[in-house]
Amino acid sequence: MDLFDKLKILTDAAKYDVACTSSGVDRAAGRGGIGSAEACGICHTFAADGRCVSLLKVLMTNKCVYDCRYCVNRRSHETPRTEFSPRELADLTIGFYRRNYIEGLFLSSGVLRNPDYTCERMIETLRILREDYRFCGYIHAKAIPGADRSLIERLGLLADRMSVNIELPSHQSLSLLAPDKSKVSILGPMGGIRDGIRQNRTELVRYRHAPKFAPAGQSTQMIVGATPDTDYRILNLAQGLYRNYGLKRVFYSAYLPVVENSLLPAVGTKPPLLREHRLYQADWLLRYYGFSADELLDPQHQTFNPYVDPKCNWALNHMEAFPVEVNRAPRELLLRVPGIGVTGAKRILTARRTASLRPEDLKKLGVVLKRAQYFITCNGRSVPGLRLTRDSILRALLSARELDLYSRDLPWEDAPQQLSFFGGPGPEREEVRKWLAT
Amino acid sequence: MARDVIYRYDGSFEGLLCCVFESYDRREIPAAVLSPDDVQTTLIPEREIVADAAKAARVAASIPRKIGAGAPGFVRRAFLTCLPGKEREILLFLRLGYRYGPQVMNLLTNETVHTLSRAVEFLDRESHLLKGFIRFSEFNGALAAEIEPKNFVLPLLAPHFRARFPEERFLIFDRAHGAALVCQPHRAAILPVEGLELPDPDERERETRALWRLYYRTVEVEGRHNPVCRRSHMPKRYWNCMTEFCDSEPTGSKNPTPKDKGREKGGLPFICGF
Ligand code: SF4
Repeated sequence: MDLFDKLKILTDAAKYDVACTSSGVDRAAGRGGIGSAEACGICHTFAADGRCVSLLKVLMTNKCVYDCRYCVNRRSHETPRTEFSPRELADLTIGFYRRNYIEGLFLSSGVLRNPDYTCERMIETLRILREDYRFCGYIHAKAIPGADRSLIERLGLLADRMSVNIELPSHQSLSLLAPDKSKVSILGPMGGIRDGIRQNRTELVRYRHAPKFAPAGQSTQMIVGATPDTDYRILNLAQGLYRNYGLKRVFYSAYLPVVENSLLPAVGTKPPLLREHRLYQADWLLRYYGFSADELLDPQHQTFNPYVDPKCNWALNHMEAFPVEVNRAPRELLLRVPGIGVTGAKRILTARRTASLRPEDLKKLGVVLKRAQYFITCNGRSVPGLRLTRDSILRALLSARELDLYSRDLPWEDAPQQLSFFGGPGPEREEVRKWLAT
Repeated sequence: MARDVIYRYDGSFEGLLCCVFESYDRREIPAAVLSPDDVQTTLIPEREIVADAAKAARVAASIPRKIGAGAPGFVRRAFLTCLPGKEREILLFLRLGYRYGPQVMNLLTNETVHTLSRAVEFLDRESHLLKGFIRFSEFNGALAAEIEPKNFVLPLLAPHFRARFPEERFLIFDRAHGAALVCQPHRAAILPVEGLELPDPDERERETRALWRLYYRTVEVEGRHNPVCRRSHMPKRYWNCMTEFCDSEPTGSKNPTPKDKGREKGGLPFICGF
């Protein structure tokens, strides 16, 4: 099999993993080396599905001894199998990197023979890159669940970021769909990586030249829409991972049925892209806007509204917090106004030091007035003629059809974007806690 | 105090600083500040502003002192933008700066500050995008790339690519502005370059390009096809110079020859040795 075939098969097999950015570490090449990494992350191209490509994302091999039901690489699925040799993969990475096609490598793998052997192949690839080529670009490595702790540690010393995919947002779904994996085999390495990063930080204080362990931190991915897990549960789990495991990012991936299985949505079902989008919006609110998960959803409302983004939805349900005075409100409050983003809030704080802001100034600062106008005052005055009730605002923001659907407060399953796969009540919050308890 | 006069300067940053000097010296605000490239006939009289190193140095030194540490970088970047009439805007900005001091950077709702900040944001965004979108080809061990940016981004790209390839010889040719960034280990310069024909790719180069195109095609998840989203993140005008959008040519040049846009030519905005 030539390199073209291998690249095609092993790219195809890896592309459903979305946890792919190159941000979080700043580094320049050493003497005789190649490459640098930038903290802000660089997108090198965008695929025809609109997703950013910054790393060469491939599997080491798609020969897998496990049988996860949702996965194209599972043992029981018939598909051409192949593997890269560490040298081949390192050469390919350098060839792409020098031409500025990519920012680095995202390496994951099916489980070849056993977790330890797989992990060793990955380590060898990274070793060639870091030692033989003195490559200083970005490397994201997927920890193989079940691999020996010492191997994970070696991988972590060569990589910039590590991730362990949770894949399914509940223990129950996991045991149903990924019988070879367990909560322990996922949370184990995740905890190990967290401890590795922590311990490394204290070592770095003591010895300046201690090698860095996954300096860009760790991330994970969850599949959305393959199981009955609700937005509420998923968001709580994400929050728990940020707080308890110090994760840098949680990625959400709308499930695209690639295999026929009675436990899963039928092949041909559209991936729940809008739902994925809402989860990313909510995730931002957790990380940058000071919201907590149970402000956005609660046991009575476990599902994001498809017609209004999570922040706007929160604001509509908390009209008592508004209007906010743009010339005086602290940053935290500005950030809660729909239409004011992180940059907008920063510019407001800067600009109001020199001049008192009028509504027409706000547009220049990057505020989306269409939404913000209902929630703010400028020097005590709001835009004349606006009625500040939940209803009038909704009427102004949504089309008649959307308004109708919105007011019926439909759960996702009935919304037109999504068909229903599973009935029955969603799992309880306790389950999430259990999941997170080590 | 606005006067009916147009300044004509030599197109260099130092020349522009001399216009600022002149504006204070004569207590006047010119109706326009034009470079040699600007062909414009009006009834307003023109005055030639001769670049003078000493005057330029005095103005340059006053900027950080009077307007703050962030101002020199901001003004230099403003000068690299493709904002029409940027020279006069910069002059007005500096005049505001001398009046308000460092506070001027916070006057985000002032028309001049707003216009210039937007232009600089566009410049920053374009140079950030190009850090990703530039495509090199290897010719005899050296790397070469072509771009067609709206703003003059080479000075902003230089530090990034020098850090990325500290041990390489490489070149980035800006077809739109007729300039090239030329780098080798520990040395770099931006030079005026008119036409530049890159040689035909060799076997290995062609194979790597083909592998990349294969990778690019394969990563798309078909169920999520979304060309609108792609175009909003990666405007089409960049595609012209990107390997993944060039047909798998057996031989021939890497990039399709650009449509001749009859580009107006002149000197470079500035040449820097950094
Ligand atoms: S371990 Fe499971 S998810 Fe990973 S490649 Fe194998 S079958 Fe797929």
